[in-house]
Amino acid sequence: MTALGHELKASYAFVERNFNLSRRYWGWEIAYLVYAIAGALAISLIGAQLGDRRLILSLMIGATFWNYLSIVFSFIADTIAWERWEGTLEYTMMAPIHRRTHLLGSTFYAILYGLVHTAVVLVVLALFFGLDMSRANIGTAAAFMVLGSFSFVGIGIMAAVLPLLFVERGSQMTFVLQSLILLVSGVYYSVDILPGWMQVVSCFSPATYVLDAVRKGLVDGVSATALLGDAWPLVVMGIVLIPLGMWVFGRAERYARRTGRLKRVG
Amino acid sequence: MAITLFLRLTTRRAIEVVPAPAPGAQEPAERDRVGRPALLVEHVTKRFVVGREHRVVDAVRDVSLTVDRGHIYGVLGANGSGKSTLIRLVSTLLTIDEGRVEIFGHDIERDEMAVKRCINRVSVDAAFFKKLSPYENLAFAARLYGLPAGEARRESARILGRLGIAEKRLGQPTEQLSRGMQQKVAIARALLTSPMLLLLDEPTTGLDPRSKVDVQVFIEDLRDAQDAAIVLTTHDLDEADRLCDRIAVLDGGRVVADGTPAELKAQVARERGAAPTLESVFMAYTGRSLDEDVEEGEAEAAGA
Ligand SMILES: Nc1ncnc2c1ncn2[C@@H]1O[C@H](COP(=O)(O)OP(=O)(O)O)[C@@H](O)[C@H]1O
Ligand SMILES: [Mg+2]
Repeated sequence: MTALGHELKASYAFVERNFNLSRRYWGWEIAYLVYAIAGALAISLIGAQLGDRRLILSLMIGATFWNYLSIVFSFIADTIAWERWEGTLEYTMMAPIHRRTHLLGSTFYAILYGLVHTAVVLVVLALFFGLDMSRANIGTAAAFMVLGSFSFVGIGIMAAVLPLLFVERGSQMTFVLQSLILLVSGVYYSVDILPGWMQVVSCFSPATYVLDAVRKGLVDGVSATALLGDAWPLVVMGIVLIPLGMWVFGRAERYARRTGRLKRVG
Repeated sequence: MAITLFLRLTTRRAIEVVPAPAPGAQEPAERDRVGRPALLVEHVTKRFVVGREHRVVDAVRDVSLTVDRGHIYGVLGANGSGKSTLIRLVSTLLTIDEGRVEIFGHDIERDEMAVKRCINRVSVDAAFFKKLSPYENLAFAARLYGLPAGEARRESARILGRLGIAEKRLGQPTEQLSRGMQQKVAIARALLTSPMLLLLDEPTTGLDPRSKVDVQVFIEDLRDAQDAAIVLTTHDLDEADRLCDRIAVLDGGRVVADGTPAELKAQVARERGAAPTLESVFMAYTGRSLDEDVEEGEAEAAGA
């Protein structure tokens, strides 16, 4: 078998393991799903109260796409944190696999899980509000979801470094980072209403471009080719952030091995 | 990522075009490896900087040792003497500050992947995904080492059967197993990958007497059956005496004595007129008894 084949097979270890974890923690999976659906519904109902169909759709898009992006981000960012909690980190780190194989497996499951989870949320919202997709350009939404995934994978990998470096506080930091991305990315409102400095920060969040483009595509039927202004920052971020994330991860792993931070406690 | 994958694919092809070497014309590096010891540790030092006051702890100081193929090498030491740090250095989990480590002729820093493929480790705290069953945990480990899941399943059932764990327990969440059973599953996880060098870091500490004996008998069988080498850290003197072909006594990160159990015992009897037991050996070279220490070790293991 080729080296690539071996790597793909080894990365499947993470997919299978994470799937088994989801299965064994099915009670929590249902609880989170209900929470995600209730949250998305609650926010979209603000549009219903104002009697604004366009706002309902816009809020639904915010809720579902943020659901997807935040799952991709947090699953990858928590790759290390989970293993720290379980105490298995040292065993995984001493296995004869490349770190890219490890991260590829985590990423693959994150995307798969995010898609399934988000699809369920979307179906429930569509049934509840009855979607008017006559003008929607699905191709635009799909294209930006794919583009945005790349940048989120990159940010996720960089965030995964935090639990490697900070034994106790790392996963708290990734959680705060995720909250900040939510705040500045215009998930439920236009970034134009943010204070100037926050608008500057929002330019660095890939979610800003994904949500803007998906909204234009699904609400106004704008085609992907007309949204190059949203596309190029995502392309640049994807190209830069994934290799940068891998590099940062490698450095952090080396640092953790030098200072003894892979150990379970302290 | 797509770019690295592409590069790997193309470089792989390039390698495949190179004709295989003629029989007998082994690569020089490969030839040199034959006859190298299982583990060679040369003047290794590891320091940690701990706490807010940045205190420097020399966890392992200038340690040198050689483990031959087919041998069990015991590392005996009190709590905090550096046993686990030494094991972690050999496991690639810590970088080496000074000195070098070689495993079956592979330098641990230059040849990390090759080293990782030949080793596995069992630590005092059997760490698993607690909700996953032993089978699921072992399947994960097996896949990381490139073993097919089906084969891993058969093999783990076989190993655990020998350790006295019924197959029906292997499908339940691991958290439902006793600590002794979990430690046996940890041993199965390590053996599954057929390591040529097995690192056992206090595998019997904190186990009930029955499991302890099971594990010890199993280690003995391993030595007799395979030519794999084993490094075993312990603070159980009887265990060291019974299982180890050679012993190093570690104190404050230094090797203060090493030799076969018989040599060490004869030496203390001859030089210090003490009783020819490992207790006296330990007392003579570290200035204290291991007995007081065991309590603490058990507590640590239980709490970990
Ligand atoms: N990851 C680490 N970070 C900081 N100090 C450590 C780390 N690991 C071990 N030490 C310190 O190194 C010394 C040796 O510890 P260890 O190797 O765990 O000993 P043993 O396994 O013999 O009980 C102790 O003083 C311990 O506190
Ligand atoms: Mg220890």
